[in-house]
Amino acid sequence: MLEIRNVCKTFNPGTINEKVALDDLSLKLEEGDFVTVIGGNGAGKSTMLNAIAGVWKPDSGQILIDGIDVTKMPEHKRAKFLGRVFQDPMLGTAAKMQIEENLALAMRRGKIRSLKWFITKEERISYRQKLAALGLGLEDRLKTKIGLLSGGQRQALTLLMASLKTPKLLLLDEHTAALDPKTAAKVLEITDKIVKENKLTTLMITHNMNNAIAYGNRLIMLSEGKIILDIKGEEKQHLTVESLLAKFYEASGDSFADDSALLG
Amino acid sequence: MNIGALINGLPGAVAQGLIWGIIAVGIYITYKILDIADLTVDGSLCTGGAVCIMMLLAGYGNTVSLIAALVAGMLTGVVTGFLNTAMGIPAILAGILTQLGLYSINLKIMENRANQPINANNYDLLVSLRNIKNVPFFENTIFIVMAITVVIVLLLYWFFGTEFGCTLRASGSNEAMCRAQGINVNLNRVVGLTISNGLVALAGGLLAQYQGFADVNMGRGAIVIGLAAVVIGDAIFGRLFNNFAFNLVAVSLGSIIYYLVLQVVIWRGLDAQMLKLLSAIIVAIFLAIPYVKNQYFKSVRNPKHHAEKGVKFNA
Repeated sequence: MLEIRNVCKTFNPGTINEKVALDDLSLKLEEGDFVTVIGGNGAGKSTMLNAIAGVWKPDSGQILIDGIDVTKMPEHKRAKFLGRVFQDPMLGTAAKMQIEENLALAMRRGKIRSLKWFITKEERISYRQKLAALGLGLEDRLKTKIGLLSGGQRQALTLLMASLKTPKLLLLDEHTAALDPKTAAKVLEITDKIVKENKLTTLMITHNMNNAIAYGNRLIMLSEGKIILDIKGEEKQHLTVESLLAKFYEASGDSFADDSALLG
Repeated sequence: MNIGALINGLPGAVAQGLIWGIIAVGIYITYKILDIADLTVDGSLCTGGAVCIMMLLAGYGNTVSLIAALVAGMLTGVVTGFLNTAMGIPAILAGILTQLGLYSINLKIMENRANQPINANNYDLLVSLRNIKNVPFFENTIFIVMAITVVIVLLLYWFFGTEFGCTLRASGSNEAMCRAQGINVNLNRVVGLTISNGLVALAGGLLAQYQGFADVNMGRGAIVIGLAAVVIGDAIFGRLFNNFAFNLVAVSLGSIIYYLVLQVVIWRGLDAQMLKLLSAIIVAIFLAIPYVKNQYFKSVRNPKHHAEKGVKFNA
């Protein structure tokens, strides 16, 4: 489904701010994998997601989605394969536009946008149903401007938008980090539901170890631009925070002060 | 104070306001929809006027001349869009560069003259200073420009309601979201600049006909006058209308109000040389209001009250 082959990325090369963000990173996802990604600040989690999404081109290496080499494909063209939810709830939706307009924009991801009139009646009915399924009472507010919604509502909508046109791969970049705990739990619940219903292949970055363990069928941990832990299958099911930490000490060997503070 | 002189001047102010209303609608597209301040218009307005007048002088008809003005204006928008998106020059600077270059081009279009007059007696003009009073209504400049405005507003309403047009609105609202949804933000920006400058140049053609000449300086400050119309329209009618077509009509009305106010100010004896300063001050005040309100006059509400008023996440 997704294959990252030896991708390297260095920011600000040759300057005092030089930062190796991805160091010969390779990763292969199978169809239907729900992978949680953890790691400390600057470990390269978001950089990896941005490389897949095409925010910039990697210095070297290859990225394949469903066998198609997308390494040089611009971000907006790659979008047809991807559903994305960002950390910042403001980034995933257009504030000045209505709920239904946002959904309709997402519905046409990967399609040529024609000069046909925008939203059809049938569409509106299906949006209403899908919004009702979120359980946030948004189904009667199709014409509401997104800017009037809360961060949690916007994030839930972004999730819906990411899955409206079934993507090959869903990228979640700490999408609950900016929400309060109760809202974050609700959004995670919706995430799990959408992923399961659509059988989406998913990469979810989280800063929360419990969530990383509770969700998905595979867990990877990044440190200094490399994957240092990759836990799947049976092993993932029996994972606990303690055993994960133990594995981390084993894998990294060096001091864990910063990361454990962040992850605990 | 001769009230008759004021009343006499009002139809002219309305006609001029309507023509500038089309310019303002063009500016609305870049400023409000794409969220960029496009200074190309100061040049493309004159390009439209120059092309239209020179075509008329060369014996072409009204329709062809105005279409040529429209196309010339669209090209200027393409240039700014190219500089901005393909060359990575910030939008405001890209507009200034195009505008500066257009100064020379406009002079060349007008055969190296800073001013090209056209005599309404010898040419069949669509709009003119003379055709605002004592003419059949279908020849009246006010009626004709109004009809053109209605057609433009309807076309834009349709366009921005289509699948593609909607992505233009989204581009101005949230670029990150657009890219994630597979929208080519750069292309959209070029398209928006093209439409905007096309409209401005078309209005430039009308304006040159109306005043009876094209002048190399006729576009100076156009962005400010256009913005004045946009902000006045928004301030007065913004709460009334919640429909895209009506928003555009509000811009046109804003422009008419602006010219009516100018007419009154001039009638009250303001030195005409001071008009541009006055325009700049009006726009500065209107643009500053939302910021000043927030920054200096916002009472800090009690948080409980605030939470009740705000939209809650009803999970």
